[in-house]
Amino acid sequence: MAGYILKRLVSAIPVLVGISIIVFLIMAMIPGDPAMAILGSYATPENVEKLNRDLGLDKPLVQRYFIWLGNLLVGDFGRSFSLNRAVLHEVLERFNATLVLAGTSFVICSVLGVAAGTVSAARQFGLADKAITFAVLLGISIPSFFLGMMMILVFAVNLRWFPVSGMWPIYGARDLPSLVSHLTLPAMVLALVATGVIARLSRSAMLEVLRQDFIRTARAKGVHERSVIWRHALRAAMVSIIPVLGVQAGFVLSGAVYVEIVFQWPGVGRMLVDAILKRDILLVQGGVVFVAACYVLFNLLVDVAQSLLDPRIKT
Amino acid sequence: MSFFGLLVRNRLALAGLVVMLVIVVLALVTPLLPLADPDVTNTADRFKRPFAGSVTLGTDHLGRDLLSRLFWGVRLSLAVGFVSALVAAAIGSTVGIVAGFYGGRTDNVIMRGVDMLMAFPYILLALAIVAALGPGLMNALIAVAAVNIPFFARNIRGVTVSIAHTEFVDAARLSGMGDARIILTEVLPNVIPVIVIGMSTTVGWMILETAGLSFLGLGSQPPQADLGSMLGEARSALITNPHTSIVPGAMILIIVMSINLLGDGVRDALDPRLRSGALRRPMPRTLVRREESVPETESPALLAVDGLKTQFRSNGHVHKAVGGVDLHVKSGECVGIIGESGSGKSVTALSVMGLVASPPGVITAGSVHFSGQELIGADYETLRRLRGDRVAYIFQDPLTTLHPLYTVGAQLVEAIRAHHAMPRAKAREHAIGLLESVRIPNAEERCYAYPHEMSGGMRQRVGIAMALANDPELIIADEPTTSLDVTVQAQILSLLSELQRERGLAIIFITHDFGVVAQLCNRVAVMYAGRIVEEGPTDAILNAPAHPYTARLMACVPELGRGRRRLDAIPGLPPVLDGLPEGCAFAERCHKAKKACRTGDIVLSATAGQRAVRCIDPERLATNATR
Repeated sequence: MAGYILKRLVSAIPVLVGISIIVFLIMAMIPGDPAMAILGSYATPENVEKLNRDLGLDKPLVQRYFIWLGNLLVGDFGRSFSLNRAVLHEVLERFNATLVLAGTSFVICSVLGVAAGTVSAARQFGLADKAITFAVLLGISIPSFFLGMMMILVFAVNLRWFPVSGMWPIYGARDLPSLVSHLTLPAMVLALVATGVIARLSRSAMLEVLRQDFIRTARAKGVHERSVIWRHALRAAMVSIIPVLGVQAGFVLSGAVYVEIVFQWPGVGRMLVDAILKRDILLVQGGVVFVAACYVLFNLLVDVAQSLLDPRIKT
Repeated sequence: MSFFGLLVRNRLALAGLVVMLVIVVLALVTPLLPLADPDVTNTADRFKRPFAGSVTLGTDHLGRDLLSRLFWGVRLSLAVGFVSALVAAAIGSTVGIVAGFYGGRTDNVIMRGVDMLMAFPYILLALAIVAALGPGLMNALIAVAAVNIPFFARNIRGVTVSIAHTEFVDAARLSGMGDARIILTEVLPNVIPVIVIGMSTTVGWMILETAGLSFLGLGSQPPQADLGSMLGEARSALITNPHTSIVPGAMILIIVMSINLLGDGVRDALDPRLRSGALRRPMPRTLVRREESVPETESPALLAVDGLKTQFRSNGHVHKAVGGVDLHVKSGECVGIIGESGSGKSVTALSVMGLVASPPGVITAGSVHFSGQELIGADYETLRRLRGDRVAYIFQDPLTTLHPLYTVGAQLVEAIRAHHAMPRAKAREHAIGLLESVRIPNAEERCYAYPHEMSGGMRQRVGIAMALANDPELIIADEPTTSLDVTVQAQILSLLSELQRERGLAIIFITHDFGVVAQLCNRVAVMYAGRIVEEGPTDAILNAPAHPYTARLMACVPELGRGRRRLDAIPGLPPVLDGLPEGCAFAERCHKAKKACRTGDIVLSATAGQRAVRCIDPERLATNATR
C-alpha cells in the first residue's frame, strides 16, 4: 500500500510541473508592461526600468520560470501589492475558509448524490425516479449564484432561520454552533449542482451493475432486495462512482467562487475575484497555483480510496 | 426511427426544443420589437414593481426598463454562450482529430497537455485567463471556450483513434489520398455526431459559465448587460427589490433548463445504446402476466412444472423463449435438461424461482409447484425465503456470478445468514466447513480470498459450496461445468454426484453435453425450440433415442475409441422462436419430415418404459439400437 501511494505521489509530480508551466505562461501573456501597471502611467522611464530589473522581467522567459518555480518551492509566492502582505499567508488563511465550505458541500453532495442515484435506479421509472430526475435537472440548470440569492431572500431575510452572510458573527463567539448556522445555506447551495451530477452518474452506474450476473446470484441466494441494492450493487457501482466524485470535487471548488461572493464567505475564490478586479497579478497567480496543486493531491487521495475499494487493482 | 422522430417522441426534449425556439426567435427579432431603450436611465422611476403603470417587468436601480434589458440580455447571453461553444468545439475537435489521427508522439504530447489542463478545477483556469486578459465580455468568452477545449479534445480523440484504424481509412490511404482529404472526407463525417452530442450537452453549461463570469463583474461591462451582469448589478438591491434579481435569474434558469432537456434528448436519440432501451434493470422477481388459465396439477413430485411459458418482450417485439414446458422432479432425483443454446433450458430453470431478468422477461402461463406450493405469481417474500434455502442455484461462469469485491468467505457467510440468524463468527465456521465439503484445500485461508484470486475450478467449488449453504432440497445447476476445462469438469461432476448421494439432493442439471448427462442424471429431458421433445430414463434414451432430434444431437458427439464414425452436424439452424411454424419445430431440419409433421400441435405422448416423445413418427427403438 505504501509503495502504491509513493508511486502515485511520484506520478503527480509531472502534473504539478505542468500546472505551474500553464499558470506561468498565462500570466506571461498579460499585455502591456507590468511595471507600468504597478507604477501607473505617469511613472518615469528610469523607475519603470528599475522595477523591471527588480522584478526580474529583463531576463528571458525560461529563466524567469525557473526563478519563479524555485521561489514557489521554498514557499515564496511573492507579495500582494493590494494587501501589502505575503501572498502565501493570505492564500493559506483564505483557503482554510474555502476548505470548510467546500469540504462540507463535498460530503453533502457525495452522500445525497449517491443515495439519490441509487434510489432512482432501484425504482427505475417509478415515482421516486421521476421526482429525483426532475430535481437533478433543476439542480444542474440553476445558476448557483441565483439559487444562493433566492435562499438568502427566503431563509435568511424572510424566515430569519440563518444569517444573511459571512462566516462568523460580527459580535459574538466564534464557536461551532455559529459556524454551522453561517455554513448551512452556502454549503447547501454549493452542494446542489454537484449532487445532481453525482446522482445522474450514480443512477447509470447502478443500472449497469444491476444487470450483472452476480446480482442474480445474490438474489438466488435469497438475500433481501434491500441488501442486494445497497450492499451488492452499490459496492460494485462505487468503483465507477468514486472517480466521478474526484472530478466533482473540482466543480465544488469552482462553484465555491460564486457562493463565496454571494454569501460574503472569506474564502480563496472571493480573494481571487477581488485580486483580478484590482489587477493584483501575483495574488491571482499564487492562489491559482496553490488551489490547483491541492486539487491534484486530492485526486491522488481519490485514487488511493479507489484502490482500497477494489481488490482487483494491483497495489 | 429517424433522429428527429426519436427526438420529438421524447416529450421533455420536445418541450425544451419549443421553449428554446421561442427564446431564440425572440432574441433574433429583439431589435425590431417596440421596446424601450435598454440603456436609458431615469432615476426618478427607479425600482418600479412589475406591472406598475407602463412598465411590464418594472425598472432596475437606474430606472431602466427591465423587459427591454431582459430581451437584450438574453440576446447577448445566448450569443456569447453559442459562440464560446462553437469555438471550444472547433478548436477542441481539431486538436482531438489531429492527436487521434496521427497518433504516436504527436498524440502523446497533445494529450499530456490536455491532461494538464484538465487537472485544474475549471474556474481557476478561467479566472487566470481573465486575470491575464483583463475583465470584459470578449475575454470571458475566450476563457470559457478555453476551459472547455480539453473536454472536446479528449472525446473527439477517442472516436478518431477508433476510426483511424478502420478499413475504409486504410483504403483511402492506399488510394493515395492526402491526410487532409482523408480527415475531411472520411474522419470528420464520423465524428460529427459526437461533436453534436458534446455541444448539446455543454452549451447550457457555457451559458451558465459566461453568465457567472459576468455576475462576478469579469464579463460584460456596463452599460452593456447580459443576464449575468444584470443579476450581479441587482444583487445589492436583493433584499429591498428582489424582482430585479428574480427576472434575469429565472430567465437563465429557463434557458439552461430547456437546453439541458433538449441536449439529453439529442444524446438519447444519437446514442444507439440508449436507443434500444437497453439500460433497464431487472426487478427482484420475474414479472407474471398470465394469458392462460392455471393448469390443474396434483403431483406428488418435489418440483412440478406444468405448461410453463416465458417470453422476452422489448419494444413491442416478443421472443417466446419457453413455449409450454412440463417437468417433474422427485426428491433425491437428478434430472438432466439437454439442448442447444437458445433452446430455452436456462430460461426454464430461472423461471422456477422468478430469476429471469425482467424486464424484458415475462412468465405468461403455467404453474410451478415446489412441495405443493405455487411459485408462479407468489409474492417476493415467499420466493426470497425459498431461494438459496430450499432451492439453490449453481450458475455457469463463477467469475461473473460471484461478487468480485467481496471475499469468498463473506459471500458464503451472507448466504447462510440470509436464512439463518446466527453470529457472524459461527456462520464463518460453517462456511469453512462448506468449503471443506467441496474439497477446497486450506479452507480457512481461502475464506479470505477474492474470486479473482482463485482458479476456475476452485471458483466453481465455491459456487457449489454456496448452493449447499442451507442444505437445500433442490439444486438447479445451470451449465456449471461449461466454462471449465475437461479435467476440472470431471472433478466437479464427481463432486456433485457424491454430494447428491450423500445428502439425498434433487438436482436439475442443465447442459448441452450428453457425457455429463450419462454420468450424473437418472432422467433426461431434451429441449428444442422452447419445448421438451423427449423425456425418459437416461440409459434408455442414450441407448435408443426416440426423437429424430435426440438421435441427430447424439450423432454430433464424438466418442473416443469408437473408430471412424461419421460426425454429423444437424443441417440448418435452430428455428427463430418468434414465428414458429405450425406442427413440429424440428420438421425443417428433420430427414424424415412429412406433411403431417407440419400440421396441428404435436403432443408429448407417453411411450413404453416411462418415456415420452413429441413426434408422430419416432425412431424405431429396436432397429435404432442395432443400427
